[in-house]
Amino acid sequence: MMHVRRSPEEISANRQRYEEHQKKGLEFAPKALPAPSPLPAPAIDAAAIIHQETIPGGWYWSTALKRGEALRIDQGDGGSTVALVAWNAADTSERLNLVDTVKVQWTTALGKGRVIFSDMGRVMFSLIEDSSGAHDCLMGGSTAASNAAKHPGAKTRNTRDNLVLVAGKLGLTRRDIPAILNLFAPVRVDDEGGFHWRGKLSNSGDYAELRAEMDMIVGLSNCPHPLDPDPVYAPKPVIVTRFRAAPAVDDLARTATAEAVRGFENNAAMLA
Amino acid sequence: MTDFIKTSASRSLENAVQDHFIPAEAPWSGIVRKGQTIRIEDSHGQQAIDTLFYRADDFGERYSNQDTMRAQGGAYIGAGTKIVSNEGNVMLVMTADSCGRHDTSAGACSCESNAVRFGHGTKYLHACRDNFVLEVTRHGMSKRDIVPNINFFMNVPIKPNGEMTIVDGISAPGDYVELVAEMDVLCVISNCPQVNNPCNGFDPTPIRVLIWDGED
Ligand SMILES: [Zn+2]
Repeated sequence: MMHVRRSPEEISANRQRYEEHQKKGLEFAPKALPAPSPLPAPAIDAAAIIHQETIPGGWYWSTALKRGEALRIDQGDGGSTVALVAWNAADTSERLNLVDTVKVQWTTALGKGRVIFSDMGRVMFSLIEDSSGAHDCLMGGSTAASNAAKHPGAKTRNTRDNLVLVAGKLGLTRRDIPAILNLFAPVRVDDEGGFHWRGKLSNSGDYAELRAEMDMIVGLSNCPHPLDPDPVYAPKPVIVTRFRAAPAVDDLARTATAEAVRGFENNAAMLA
Repeated sequence: MTDFIKTSASRSLENAVQDHFIPAEAPWSGIVRKGQTIRIEDSHGQQAIDTLFYRADDFGERYSNQDTMRAQGGAYIGAGTKIVSNEGNVMLVMTADSCGRHDTSAGACSCESNAVRFGHGTKYLHACRDNFVLEVTRHGMSKRDIVPNINFFMNVPIKPNGEMTIVDGISAPGDYVELVAEMDVLCVISNCPQVNNPCNGFDPTPIRVLIWDGED
């Protein structure tokens, strides 16, 4: 057995180093993060808008998104959950990585000022505006089976099939579909780990803006979340606006946490 | 090595069809046939064991952490948990668990994420994703096939406000999980090399994997 036990002194030093990381991560970030974005959403400068798309309830859409552009996702009349996946446009083996995103930022609660990492330790998105702070990193989207169980007999569309379609039309396959981020899904866990849908403060007009920090392909699916309490399958349309959004000099998402700073250093090395 | 623990009258070291000793920090992979039981044993305690499953005859179907969490309505893995694939099929069921807490929210360590979490100075340390890449490549797969995994024996409590952190493992020497396969699966393990967080007590240790045929 090739195994050398570390000494108690080494372990103790390692633990101390870890606890310092942990303290910084848990104490520094919440101080720096802002309140949710205001409602109603301010208008986007018309000159900055590149494209606007209305995704009907139950449907999907994908778009290229270049570095320095952003997507505003507006749930409109309310009640919609939007599932999001993304791939590096230059190398689709680099993709959204939610487990790293939550582990590195020490939280499953993403909100304004947080970033979303790829599997390569680089930042894909900065969450530059977010009125709800109610997103789900854990549960994934609906499937044909979950819809059938919840809405027996109803004709429905589901996130799983939508993302297979998104991937398929991009020349990708189900092997390329990463774990998904559900925007506008107020899922939290209790002390035993059980999932709960916490009713939103605002049921209409919530929006999130995600700025691309690398050139990407983004896939979206607009289907009810598996925990959505609405017993009727009636997803509403969402409006997605792609617009130019150059980062501010003192951009919060770049400086809010030590982890984000290092992520952006990795982006800079890739772009250099 | 700890003493063998019997969980079933028919289960002994002598009638195990496979018995693997996985050194600290090393990868392993093997097929578990439908009906067989795989035991993953934390030989020294407090070791995180990063694990993935792929359908043996179609690697495009594989473990899905989100489908698994959704199917059971909770974030942690324990006795009774159905291990669910990206196609919504049950791959295995956890039939025994002497530890009580396993994670599937925090994923594997990697050189890249370690550097973001702990500083660029930790980039060149052996990590689970490198183990996974090496191991799945032996089966014709690549990095794109590496999905969020199960961390057996790793304790990652998530608070109601969303905060999460990796805390000390609660497994003792000899703690084990057993899973019975509902389909033929390829099991891929990285015996986590992580030395920067308490998931394995800053001291990776060897593990043991045993496989038995079905009891009927
Ligand atoms: Zn690891």
